[in-house]
Amino acid sequence: MSELHLIWRNLVRRKLRFALTLFAIFIAFLIFGVLGGVRTALQSGVDLMADNRLVTVNKINFTQPLPISYLNKVRAIDGVQVASHSGWFGAYVRDSRNVIVAFAIEPESYLQVYGDEIRLDPAQREAFLRNRQGMIAGEALAKAQGWKLGDRIPVQSNIFSRSDGSTTWEMVVEGIFRGKEESSDTRRMYFHYDYLNESRAIGKDFTGIIVFNTVNPARNETIARQIDALFANSFYETQTDTAKAFNKAFIAQLGNIAMIITSVVSAAFFTILLIVGNTMMLAIRERTTEIAVMKTLGFRSERIFRMVLAESMFLSLLGGLLGIAAALMAVAGLHKALAGVLPDLSLGPAVIAQALAIMLALGLVTGLLPAFAAMRLNIVTALGRN
Amino acid sequence: MTKLFELHDVAKRFQRGKESITIFDGLSLGIEEGDFVAIMGPSGSGKTTLLNLLGGVDQPSAGEIRFAGSRIDSLSETGLAAWRAANVGFIFQFYNLMPMLSAERNVELPLLLTSLSRARRRQSVEAALKLVGLEDRARHLPKELSGGQQQRVAIARAVVSDPKLLLCDEPTGDLDRATADEILKMLSLLNNEFGKTIVMVTHDPEAAKYAKRVLHLDKGRFAGEELAA
Ligand SMILES: Nc1ncnc2c1ncn2[C@@H]1O[C@H](COP(=O)(O)OP(=O)(O)O)[C@@H](O)[C@H]1O
Ligand SMILES: [Mg+2]
Repeated sequence: MSELHLIWRNLVRRKLRFALTLFAIFIAFLIFGVLGGVRTALQSGVDLMADNRLVTVNKINFTQPLPISYLNKVRAIDGVQVASHSGWFGAYVRDSRNVIVAFAIEPESYLQVYGDEIRLDPAQREAFLRNRQGMIAGEALAKAQGWKLGDRIPVQSNIFSRSDGSTTWEMVVEGIFRGKEESSDTRRMYFHYDYLNESRAIGKDFTGIIVFNTVNPARNETIARQIDALFANSFYETQTDTAKAFNKAFIAQLGNIAMIITSVVSAAFFTILLIVGNTMMLAIRERTTEIAVMKTLGFRSERIFRMVLAESMFLSLLGGLLGIAAALMAVAGLHKALAGVLPDLSLGPAVIAQALAIMLALGLVTGLLPAFAAMRLNIVTALGRN
Repeated sequence: MTKLFELHDVAKRFQRGKESITIFDGLSLGIEEGDFVAIMGPSGSGKTTLLNLLGGVDQPSAGEIRFAGSRIDSLSETGLAAWRAANVGFIFQFYNLMPMLSAERNVELPLLLTSLSRARRRQSVEAALKLVGLEDRARHLPKELSGGQQQRVAIARAVVSDPKLLLCDEPTGDLDRATADEILKMLSLLNNEFGKTIVMVTHDPEAAKYAKRVLHLDKGRFAGEELAA
């Protein structure tokens, strides 16, 4: 018999209680693992973004428009390298439920700013620039919609209409682009702003956001402040941020997912803390006599302390590792199912390391008090009770 | 015979709230190696307290306790734990076995405090279980054993590391007459054949008959001493 055996027998002596506690820890870490994967996926698009990219949006919020005339004013600012813009089109094809992520852009400058993220064959790029009715679609989108080069697509807008009342803009697939990484999301398309602007009935000469690269990330702050100062006190005040910050804010607006995840996970762990802490406290209390006997036999208080702590550590590591293992499987399954929505969904080493740290902390926090109680237990009073 | 235990002017007081209760004051006693002493006395007379002092689980408020010539009353908690592990086997009224461990593992428990190899531990456990006649119950859990059997496991646990001294607090208090006699015979055997010094607290005069010496504790004093015939 080893000390480990003794710890294990203590842990599993009440089978049902052990199973329930273990299950609770298991569930908490399963949730943590899956949501941690989701959070990483939401973050990953953001982290891949260049550091010298800034975004100027309407100060009220990014869904409000900006005058297209702002673009040249931004370009005139010292330190701005390439600037472009994009506007949300609210696109669908054929069926209004077949929603498509589509932006009206100034092609040449936009492809310069996003040269890294929108990877396009040079010949296709040329064709796209030349054709005012041309559009480029991401690989994933083209595949999902069954589009091929040269296809004419009637793209409809749920925002804009033409002067003649129609809401359809016919576009030609001139290019199919890939993303920066194999896993990058490419479910979107781009087309000529001019094509939209000349024919739409409302919203003329307005765009959505202005994006630009600076010559040096160190100058981001100053340039951003300069731009926002330039448009201060106008009808369309601006808010300029790094693209990273903007995207994070964008994600935050999408239901504040990160916050929800954090609160769900915190609530789960708080509950677990109480459950496991209570289990350990009960376990030690009902073992008062046994602990006193072990001390009588000559087991030192420090050793008792260590054994109780080891027991709670063991419990949370066991439940936690099982939970993370299940999360790995769940995430692998979800990755397939959600490939379009969250292409970067995966349980990375960072989340696993965090989980391990939480397991150790959980074991420590729930074990410390009972271990201390066991260590302090006085033989005479404990045995005097019976 | 040499003195195994010498108690000199031992006092024990407990603090209960603001009140200080004196259990003994100026208690002196000598116990020789190989002796079998029964301590009798009314409930609350301090029998268990005395046994706790002898076993080094409690410390006197005043006075000296010597074991084999060295003082144990001044040892630290850690020092006492090591001393107990090396020198004392404990037997309790309610056996106090670990409920989740099999008989053999209960017996092995004190050996976790030694540096014996796994094989040597196994040998010692087997020998101890054989001594108490339970070698065929080695794998049983305490709840699968009768009271008498559990007490025999407890005796095996007490002797497995071969201590000089056995301290028994009402070892037959929870057993019927016949089973009690078995246990007492076993203690006698350990005393006579294996030279264990035994101090046993009991309120049962029949049990006390197995001892070589009977001490009556009353109001913190030894009232009179009878030598077994
Ligand atoms: N830890 C303690 N604190 C206070 N009083 C105690 C404590 N242990 C024992 N006593 C008191 O000391 C007296 C003797 O107790 P004990 O040695 O258990 O007697 P016995 O075993 O002879 O019945 C009792 O009055 C008991 O209440
Ligand atoms: Mg008593």
